[in-house]
Amino acid sequence: MKIHEYQGKELLRNFGVVTPRGSACFTVDEAVAAARKLGGSVWVVKAQIHAGGRGKGGGVKVARSLDEVRQKARQILGMQLVTHQTGPAGQKVRRLLIEEGADIAKELYVAMVVDRQTQRVCLMASSEGGMDIEQVAATHPEKILKVFIDPAAGLADADAEIVARGIGVPKPSVREAAQLLQALYRCFDATDASLAEINPLILTRDGRVVALDAKLNFDDNGLFRHPEIVALRDLDEEDPLEIEASKHELSYISLDGNIGCMVNGAGLAMATMDTIKLYGGEPANFLDVGGGATAEKVTAAFKIMLSNPKVKAILVNIFGGIMKCDTIASGIVAAAREVQLSVPLVVRMKGTNEDIGRKILADSGLPIISADNMAQAGQKAVAAVRALTAKKTAPKLKPKPRSKPKPKVRPKAKAKPKAKAGRVPKARAMARRSKGKKK
Amino acid sequence: MSILINRSSRVITQGITGNTGQFHTRASRDYANGRECYVAGVNPKRAGENFEGIPIFGSVREAKDRTGAGVSVIYVPPAGAAAAIWEAVAADLELVICITEGIPVRDMIAVRDRMKKENRRTLLLGPNCPGAITPGELKIGIMPGHIHRKGRIGVVSRSGTLTYEAVAQLTELGIGQSTAVGIGGDPVNGLKHVDVLKLFNDDPDTDAVVMIGEIGGTDEETAAHWVKEHMKKPVVGFIAGVTAPPGKRMGHAGAIISGGKGTAQEKLAVMEACGIRVTRNPADMGRTLQSVLR
Repeated sequence: MKIHEYQGKELLRNFGVVTPRGSACFTVDEAVAAARKLGGSVWVVKAQIHAGGRGKGGGVKVARSLDEVRQKARQILGMQLVTHQTGPAGQKVRRLLIEEGADIAKELYVAMVVDRQTQRVCLMASSEGGMDIEQVAATHPEKILKVFIDPAAGLADADAEIVARGIGVPKPSVREAAQLLQALYRCFDATDASLAEINPLILTRDGRVVALDAKLNFDDNGLFRHPEIVALRDLDEEDPLEIEASKHELSYISLDGNIGCMVNGAGLAMATMDTIKLYGGEPANFLDVGGGATAEKVTAAFKIMLSNPKVKAILVNIFGGIMKCDTIASGIVAAAREVQLSVPLVVRMKGTNEDIGRKILADSGLPIISADNMAQAGQKAVAAVRALTAKKTAPKLKPKPRSKPKPKVRPKAKAKPKAKAGRVPKARAMARRSKGKKK
Repeated sequence: MSILINRSSRVITQGITGNTGQFHTRASRDYANGRECYVAGVNPKRAGENFEGIPIFGSVREAKDRTGAGVSVIYVPPAGAAAAIWEAVAADLELVICITEGIPVRDMIAVRDRMKKENRRTLLLGPNCPGAITPGELKIGIMPGHIHRKGRIGVVSRSGTLTYEAVAQLTELGIGQSTAVGIGGDPVNGLKHVDVLKLFNDDPDTDAVVMIGEIGGTDEETAAHWVKEHMKKPVVGFIAGVTAPPGKRMGHAGAIISGGKGTAQEKLAVMEACGIRVTRNPADMGRTLQSVLR
């Protein structure tokens, strides 16, 4: 789970990490009032969306008067902020963080992630803070220091100080920087975080060490013991279809193609998507129905897939290991009836009672295309989509050229923004890259 | 022979009284030699009772002392699962198979750290895995027993149903399996591909191995490099997630492409370079294995 910068800073402050003073605002008037309350003569107006790269996208502005605060807040609030992590559609800015300006002497980089190899939390730090840390990882991996933290002992004083010195913190500030790193780890550990990234961590001209940004992600499996973090969830930042899916315990991710897939098991679901691609099609989604493909779950899955207007066919691939295929088939038939399925449906079922299952599908009177194996299922789904598009574009006997666009089958469904490809936490990317370089 | 488990293994079920534990203990007990192999269950509140004839003990230690069991399988809910793993490790079992899905990573980091620091001999399979099966002998986990067939091919995979898919393809071609092992999809876990490949390499009754991976991490690459240096038997492979976009978690907590690393293409390339015959078509896993046998 992701949270906003201002929420992350609040959490970090609770653990003793120093951040600039500031407050979250939802309107322009609130922003001006917040700036007035903060006092001083320089403020920063920061767009609060879950994606990174906000500065480059024009979502972070410095204001030198209250009028400027008003002007910048008006500019940013409500804008469709496009960054390298949002996809081309961008993300609407609904919240702002108004902060006191900082007197920056040096920008550093600090992050923590779980390292799979060592099975420990890795502290990564670099003297090269600021905009593009992935570049640093690619070109100067030696400029990134790493410490793998002993989970029983925590981040030791000596390690924290070595890192602080290593990234160029001057001697008088080393102790303070080390304490900040230790506080960051305490926060990471206590909140079941999966990623913490501070970019930049700054040295001020008067020698203080301050977290100017805060990005925190949390392990979904740990959320059950952190209601205070669950409360920070901002549904506006998430894909509405993915939210709907999670209510039904379905794991769903929107993609760009036109063949909807419903599969049990994450690995098999990915393999099914790959099969579609292999035969020249494009999957419209990843959807794992999990162990119990009940009629309710299948119905919910169909509804979610079909609310994507791009879907031209659906492929169901179920390996009914423990679950029996006849139960699954009944579920599929009931679901198809309930949603009045209007696109071709290809079903591949494997496992106990698959013959009975297939008979249920055949006897349903529904136009269900049966497939014997994964390859066939992929081929048939791709062929079904091709047949549809061919029908639409094939010249009629009485040619009647029209420039009118093809009518949409479901005009009500909103066009969904593209899958937000490239939303990669930088720290994680860094960990990988520099590891690769090392070997 | 086989790896990890066989007809002479004696198994304790931790979480035997929950719905999942009951369901799968029953199915596993009814498979092959399950009746002799499943000798104990654990639940501190139900000690002295039994589950359909399987005695329930108050602790893993007691269950081990009283029955001589060396293996445990865990169906305990996520919040208590890491503690259950530790209980089995502390009782010095040979193997712990943790089926539980959804264990916080922090808990796994802590239990793995303790296992390593104390140099424990106990092997951990999982968590978030289907378990292991030695066809015709013993099934420990949630896989459907009937799709398997006794034979000489090893199977190792990160995901559940995709393992079943591979096994079913082999069985349909008349190719049996020595042991099929699901290592699970979590980022912090026990046995990895390379560990299981080592076991298959040393098993005189395994002739070749199907290795199935997925996007995320570098475990498959590590295994591939080991295969190139040490493996005496043919290995074939498939990686799920060629179509997965970067930055999106594909169901499994570990299945994510980040920073251009952990892609299926990259893994397939490394595997091929290390002499593993790979297929890009998941419907061809069985046939690919068949092609390396002679």
